[in-house]
Amino acid sequence: MSAPVKQVATGDRAILPEGAKTIPIFVMGKRYEVPETLTIMKAMEYAGFKFLRGAGCRGGICGACPTVYRREGDYKLYFGLACQTVVEPNMYLAQIPFYPANRAVYDIEKIEPVADAIHALYPELFRCVACNNCTKACPMHVEVLDYISAIKQGDIARAARISFDCIQCGMCASRCMGELPQYHIAQLVRRIYGKYIQPKAEHLQKRVTQIESGRYDKALDELQKMDHARLEKIYKEREREPDMVPLGAWMPKDTQYL
Amino acid sequence: MKVSYYPGCTLKTKAKNLEDAAVSSMAALGVDFQELQRWNCCGAVHSLADDDLIHHVAPVRDLVRAMDQGSRQVVTLCSMCYNTLARANLLMRNDEVKRKTINDFMSEETDYHGEVEVVHFLNFLRDTVGWDTLRSRVKASLNGMKVASYYGCTLVRPADVAIEPAGGGKVMNEFIDALGGSPVDFAASTVCCGSYQILAHPEAALEVIGRIIESASSAGAEALILSCPLCEYNLAKKQAELVSSGKISKKLPVYYFTQLLAIALGLGPEASRLDLNEAGSVEFLKAKNFPVESGARA
Repeated sequence: MSAPVKQVATGDRAILPEGAKTIPIFVMGKRYEVPETLTIMKAMEYAGFKFLRGAGCRGGICGACPTVYRREGDYKLYFGLACQTVVEPNMYLAQIPFYPANRAVYDIEKIEPVADAIHALYPELFRCVACNNCTKACPMHVEVLDYISAIKQGDIARAARISFDCIQCGMCASRCMGELPQYHIAQLVRRIYGKYIQPKAEHLQKRVTQIESGRYDKALDELQKMDHARLEKIYKEREREPDMVPLGAWMPKDTQYL
Repeated sequence: MKVSYYPGCTLKTKAKNLEDAAVSSMAALGVDFQELQRWNCCGAVHSLADDDLIHHVAPVRDLVRAMDQGSRQVVTLCSMCYNTLARANLLMRNDEVKRKTINDFMSEETDYHGEVEVVHFLNFLRDTVGWDTLRSRVKASLNGMKVASYYGCTLVRPADVAIEPAGGGKVMNEFIDALGGSPVDFAASTVCCGSYQILAHPEAALEVIGRIIESASSAGAEALILSCPLCEYNLAKKQAELVSSGKISKKLPVYYFTQLLAIALGLGPEASRLDLNEAGSVEFLKAKNFPVESGARA
């Protein structure tokens, strides 16, 4: 008599491949057996959760699925994006899809691009005690304390640079004893930097003006009307910049469209 | 000579004149003043509650940053930064239990035991540059200018972080002397400027500000120097109000000590940044023939 086959797959759920190993995780305090190697998001869906909020791009950039968890036998809190973090045995987790934080009202067209303006909109900045819990909570490993410090020091460019990877998930604000809305402050800083401080790409503006003036309309019309065979031929014969050519060292022979 | 330097937030915003004058002066003296690569607020005020350790984390983190970048000494300009950094440093050196609690909380940082020395810029000038060297580099002597040294609280209290022994009152006087000025002793030199009470209880603060200015003026001072942006706010920016309410008879020009340093070293207005001082400060020095305006020469 052959040994009974272990029944793991269920009809209306994801089918677990034969021999796949499962591990226990705890979602909001309840234990679930889930296949190892899944992300938290996929594991939760495997366990039957359906995301109406708390899931967005599934690619680690939209900030909709921040998750807080603890590891077995470890008092520390850990943070990760549910769509990027792989499940571990006995992890205790909950998603925090949104965290309330005050957002100042301002008109970016009228704001003065100086530190004083930011300090006036977000006076909470000066409640920071440099505990660094914000940085520890960031699933994107942004040095949150460093950009908050840069803002207090009036260095808008530095703050914009450090906070660039922020995905606005709000985990920094969730852990702040000074109740700062770090991610909103950083967004204001990047807006001011982008609008008033960052050097403008003048060559781009020049090219946009050329396009808008109709310089390429004729060429585009021709391309759109071109038959397939002709299009394929000119595509294959096109001049192409060689790989790794030093900047400015190559020019096409046909310069009529430049 | 490379020296690690902690500026503090206010020196980057409201008190650029305190910082710019010092940085330019050090460059002129051949000292490479290097700002810490990463730093945060010093904590501003040292917490006195015995079980309130979270407010020591900010200054300790700055000291860890200095240690991590290989600095054994950190120079500060602002009196309040000096005070919080130095007191947190002592705590980390002397209190084993609190040191462990703070190091455990800051588990993401290197453990710290007080390895770095916190030095105020005045003591750096005295001990590392030296008064004789400084004197030899003076290009525009203060020429007997009667200058009052205002220490306030945080440079000299409490005793274990004071920049010199209690009742000393010497280092700032020696500084003025080295620049060719005449130090003026006055009774209110270490009286509190009123500090943050200017916001909560402005009348009480204005009262004490008036007394300090009168004390310096009646001792014969023509100008007053200090090293703290909060003292500067009270003692300089509030003078106009005191004159119009009759609490002081006339205004007394107030400078950061680093500004007189830059002026005496013959550096131009871009270095001394008197454009950020109160009305009357430029005029006073101009009357004394110092090159304090763009294009002017002594």
